[in-house]
Formats: sequence, structure tokens, C-alpha cells
Amino acid sequence: MENTISEKLLAKSNGTLSHARPQKNGSLPTVELSINRSLLGLLIFLGTEAMFFAGLISAFLILKAGSAVWPPVDQPRLPVAVTALNTLVLLASGYTMHRAVRGARSGNQSALTNWLALTGVLGTIFLGVQGVEWGRLLSYGLTFTSSNYGATFYTLIGAHGLHVLAAVLVLMVVFIRALQKRYSVKNHDGLVLCQIYWYFVVGIWPVLYGLVYLS
Amino acid sequence: MSSSAAAHPAHENQLSFVRQYIFSLDHKVIGKQYLFLGMFMALAGGLLAYLLRWQLAWPESAVPGMSWIPEPTMFQGIIPPEFYNAIVTMHGTIMVFFVAMPILLGAFGNFLVPLMVGAPDMAFPRLNMMSFWTIFTAAMIMLASFFVPGGAASAGWTGYPPLSADAVYTGVNWGITLWILGLALEFASFLMGGINFLTTVVSMRAPGLKMMRLPLMVWMQIVAAVIFMLSVGPLIAGAVLLLLDRTVGTSFYAVQKGGDPLLWQHLFWFFGHPEVYVVLLPGIGAVLEVLPVFSRKPIFGYKAIVYSTIAAGFLSFIVWAHHMFVSGMDFDLVMPFSITTILISVPFTIILLAMIATLWKGAIRLATPMLFALGTLMVFIVGGLTGIFLGSASADIYLHDTYFVVAHFHYTLISAVFFGGFTAMYYWFPKMFGRLMNETWGKIHFALTLVCFNLVFIPLFKAGLGGEMRRLYNPFEYDFLKPHQGLHQFATIAAILLMIAQLPFLVNFFWSMFKGKVADRNPWQANTLEWAAPSPPPHGNFDTAPSVYHGPYVYSAPERKEDWQPQHQPH
Repeated sequence: MENTISEKLLAKSNGTLSHARPQKNGSLPTVELSINRSLLGLLIFLGTEAMFFAGLISAFLILKAGSAVWPPVDQPRLPVAVTALNTLVLLASGYTMHRAVRGARSGNQSALTNWLALTGVLGTIFLGVQGVEWGRLLSYGLTFTSSNYGATFYTLIGAHGLHVLAAVLVLMVVFIRALQKRYSVKNHDGLVLCQIYWYFVVGIWPVLYGLVYLS
Repeated sequence: MSSSAAAHPAHENQLSFVRQYIFSLDHKVIGKQYLFLGMFMALAGGLLAYLLRWQLAWPESAVPGMSWIPEPTMFQGIIPPEFYNAIVTMHGTIMVFFVAMPILLGAFGNFLVPLMVGAPDMAFPRLNMMSFWTIFTAAMIMLASFFVPGGAASAGWTGYPPLSADAVYTGVNWGITLWILGLALEFASFLMGGINFLTTVVSMRAPGLKMMRLPLMVWMQIVAAVIFMLSVGPLIAGAVLLLLDRTVGTSFYAVQKGGDPLLWQHLFWFFGHPEVYVVLLPGIGAVLEVLPVFSRKPIFGYKAIVYSTIAAGFLSFIVWAHHMFVSGMDFDLVMPFSITTILISVPFTIILLAMIATLWKGAIRLATPMLFALGTLMVFIVGGLTGIFLGSASADIYLHDTYFVVAHFHYTLISAVFFGGFTAMYYWFPKMFGRLMNETWGKIHFALTLVCFNLVFIPLFKAGLGGEMRRLYNPFEYDFLKPHQGLHQFATIAAILLMIAQLPFLVNFFWSMFKGKVADRNPWQANTLEWAAPSPPPHGNFDTAPSVYHGPYVYSAPERKEDWQPQHQPH
């Protein structure tokens, strides 16, 4: 009862896009793609995510353009230098993630788990520093309702923070599965999905940093 | 275990009722669930239409049969102004998001896309099931919002701030929060659906089914999915900001605190206009499937139609500000958006001309699906032509927010959703339920629907040209609109007749489901792959995985005895 019929039928193609179907005519063109089905679904989802951030960014730009002074004179300034260091931490986590997947590709289980653990630590450090800085900003008087400067800051940076949090949670699941040696040289689809999502949250951060902190 | 026990139907019998019909992973069952949800919500949306039409014809008089609705929603059948605002808001919301999208994309997209590409199911069956139960929850939230203190959302289906941002303007607090929540879940549901459609078409096509051999319905569904996926993100962003304005007390849209209400209009219409094409394209797709089958001719200009659709999809992203010509936005934007708006009529004209050319000198069979397809064509042409007036800014400044606009978008959306939806329903009913619908009652349904629909909305064009603004609770309080009352009474009587005209369909639909003539695999002698599967197809769809040898519209080939050639049959 665990597997239903359609899942069994789908399992025939083992999650990849190439069809393992009998063909009557040898010259028939077949639909062969080397891209993983789940990966394709994730990429489509990330396209929507990118448009979501584009919407938030355009809202930020419109509100910024519509105000005479940005940032407002009575509002605290954002921690540019600390966040620059934090940006480097997040970018480094992209590199460690890359090394983890390389470990899995070469069958090196200890490299996989170690680099994954380091990636998770870097992601958590990023979130922690963001949290501490948010606390300081709140104590200086930059809140959701103090001005549109504060509102756009917390919305845009908060939306990204939630995405990093989600990525860290996904990473924890992948890490546990890596400890159970579920990822082989040939089959590590789940790891690749986590990697692509991680790259997405790392990749949009410099854009947000440049727009929100450096303007 | 005998060998027959390994066959699909035997497996299906082992599934419990709940797994087979409620939490099913079968794309066809999920498609039917969407269909019944959409039909149920259409009853709710239709009831609201009845209420608002009555108020416009005989304002502030008791609506017949509605005295049971308790105070303070209605007073012995009389609609108060606050509830009138909720009626028009929820009529639009329900009809667009909970009738049009579930039926055209949810039901027919789900049912047809895997069958038409020769796949056993969707790429992600569990995600598919989740998408239905998410929209089901969303629909229940929408309906529940009528019963919370303050009533349902009443800021218009477009939810413009400041009306939607602060309860002081409408007196509705909970209703609008639930409205945002319901829409958010609806979007989440169609995101899951869109990921499924696109992945299925890209990755699970039968051998030989190249992209340029796809049935046009599949093309329309995937272009609609792409448009939806790319446009919905900014609206979700806008909705997050609106929710924060309402709950946290930010001022993104509050102009007195440095916010910008036009920001919402931009974010809303960046989604809202492409959304028109999201519901339009599948309806057009159904017509494009039906026309070649019932004129026994290849479709005219397959590639031109595909490229036009993609071009229209692209253009749909750069026309949104034509909804905002009188909103006070930067006047330099008006001319570019006028030009792009009128430009988008070019690809649709190509599609319509290809449809008409397909009919040219065909051996036309006027079965019910064909009648509804022709009806879609006729009604959509009126909708498209009136859109040109609204797209040019100089005319729009006069016509904006009048009943001319109301009539225009009902002509475009009803052509796609109502006529296009019935085209699909009558055409694919044998595949969905294994039985044919009654032809005589189908034709009666078509004739009554076409006549009554035009009688409802032609008077509204005239009312709009006479300068009558929409969303007025009682238009006849204004002296210059008093002569319009006759037009509105005419439209209301026609609208009631239009609703009664749907009874033959409902009876036919449920009667045929159980008692109709049993259909064989291919009752219309059509080519596309869904007709190669049994009627109705079992879980897993095809008895042998089909291979595809040619395009979907090979009809009346001179060298063949039959005038059709299924895609899975070699030459």
C-alpha cells in the first residue's frame, strides 16, 4: 500500500527524464534529457522566488524614490561594515557547499559530512549576526513602524533571512541523511537540490546588500 | 496471484475509498475534484451575481427568495450598501480565482496534460494532491469570510489600498485579512500545479512527441503556467506588504505616512493582467482542439499559433498599466502602455484568423462541443474589439471604470471560462466519465446560453457609454443615470434567464454521468493521445505506453481511408 500505481509507473524512469520505454520503431526520435525531474521542478520554483524578490525590490525602490531624504535623518544607519563581513561568511558557505557536493561526487563520505557541517555552521553564523544586528537596530529606534526606511529594511532583509533559515533547516535534513550514508557517487539528487537552493539564497544576498545597505 | 491481478484495475480496487477518491494521487481524480470544486464555487459566484443584478435593476427592494439571509448582512431581503460592496468584491474574486482557474487549469489541465503527452501521471503526484487540498482550504476560507464579524472583503476584487489597508474605510477587518489569506493559499496551490504541469510536459512526453507535435491545448496550458509562475511573485510580495500594513501597522501604502497606494496597483496589475491570459489561454486551447476535429481539417498555422501564444505571453507582462490610466501615475507611461496594449491584439488576431481559416471549407459537424467552440470565437471577438477602445488612453479616460469595462471583461472572460469551459466539458466528458452527454439538451443549453449572455451584457455597453460608473450602490440616485434603469432591468431579467439556462446543463451533466450512452475510446474520431486511452482511463492511463509518429492534426489525408490518423499510429 505504500507505493501507489502511479508512483510505481513513475519509478520506472527512476526520477530522471529519459524514458525507458519499448520502441517499435528504432528511428523514432526519443525525448532524452539529462536533467533530473526534481531539479527541474526546483528551478521553476526558484524562478517564482526570484520574481517574488523582484517585486519586493521594486517596492523598495519605488518607496525610496518617493521620499525626499533616504535614509531619513532621524533614523539610525545600517551596520555596513559588520554586514560586509557577514556577506563574506555567507559567500564562504557557498564555497563549502560546493566542496561538500564535490565530496559526494568523488565518494568521499567524510569530506561530504565535514563540508556540510561547516556550511551549516556558516549559515547559522550569518543568521546569528543578522539577529544581533536587528536587536541593536531595534534598540536604536529603527522598527517596522518607525518609517518606511525601517519597514522596507525589515521586510526585504527579513524575507531573505527566512529563506536562509529554510535553507539551514533543509541542510540539517540533508546532513542527517549524509551521516546515514544515503548519498552515493551515482545517486545524490537530494543533496543537489539542497545545493541549488543554497546557491539561490547565497546568490541574491549581495544584490540585497548592495541595494539596501550601500544606498 | 493470477496474472490479471497485476493489471491496473485490479490494483485500483485494492485502494481504499479514501485513497481512491479523496486523497487520490491520480491526476484524473484530482482533475475531477478541481472540476466539482469549481462548479460548486460557480454556484456561490452565481448567487452573488443574482444579488448584485437585482440591486442594480430594482435598488433597495427585497431580493426574491433571499429574505432568509439574517441581519445585519441583509434586511428582509434588502441589500445594504456595505453588503453590496462585499457582493461585487467576492463575485469577482470567486469567479476569477475559484471558478475560472480551478476549472480551466486545475480540472482540464490536470486531466488532460498527462494524457495528451502520453504520460502515466503528473511528474509529482503528491504535490498534485497537495495543490488540490490547498485550494480547497482556500475556497473554504473565502466562503467562511462571509460569516465573520464585519462580513466578507469589500474593497473590490482588486483590493486597492487605502480601502483594503485599513478597516476605517470599509468597516471590514477580518474579512479582508481572510481574503488575503485565501488568495495566498490559492496562489500556493497553483504554484504547485504550475511546477507539475511544466515538469510533466518537459520531462514525461511519450517517445516521438516533440514540442512541435504537442496538442495546442498543452501549449496553452504550459504558456499559461509560465505566465502565472512569473507574474505571481510580485503580487505575493505586494500582498505581504498589504498584510503588514493591516496587522503590524507599517505604512507601505498609507500616503499620509510616506507610503504609495499606486505601488499596490502596479504590483497587483503586474500579476492581474497576465492573469487574464492565464484563464484565457486554456479556453482558447479547448477551442483549438475542437475546431480541427469537427471540421475534419488540419489546424491552420500550427506554428503561427504557438509563436503567437508565446508572443502574447511575453507582451502580457508589459501592458499592466493600462488599468491605471486614470490613477494619477506618471503621464509619460501612458503612451508606451497604450502601444503595447494595442500591440497584444496582433498575436490574438493571428490566433483568431487561424481558427477561422481552420473552419474554411471544412466538413463541419455541429455537435455541442463545436457549437460552444464557435460561440467562444464569436463572443471573444466582441470582447477583443471592445478592448481596443479601452487600450487607447484617450478613449479609456472616458470609459474607465464604467459599465463598458464591465461588459468588455465579461465578454473576454466569459468567452474563455464559460464558453471555452463548456467546449472542453462537452468534448472531454466521454473521456472523463466514459459516457456521452445528451446532444439535444446540449444544443438547447448552447442556444439559450448564447442568446441570454448577449442580452445581459449588450445593454451594459450602452450604460457604460452613457457614463455610468461601476460599483455604485444605487446608480439611479443620480438624475442623469435615471434613464438607465430600463437597461439594467433588461440585463437583470436576461441574467436570471441565463442562470435558468444552466439547469439543462446540470441535469444533463449528472444524468449522463450515470445513465448516458457508453462511449468508446474515441467517440469524436480525434487524433490526440488521450483518445488512445480507455474511456475513462484507469490509474496509470494507457494499456501500452504510446509512441508518437506525427503531429496532432492530421485529418482528411488523401491517401488514407479514414479521415483521421491518431498520433500513436504509424503511417
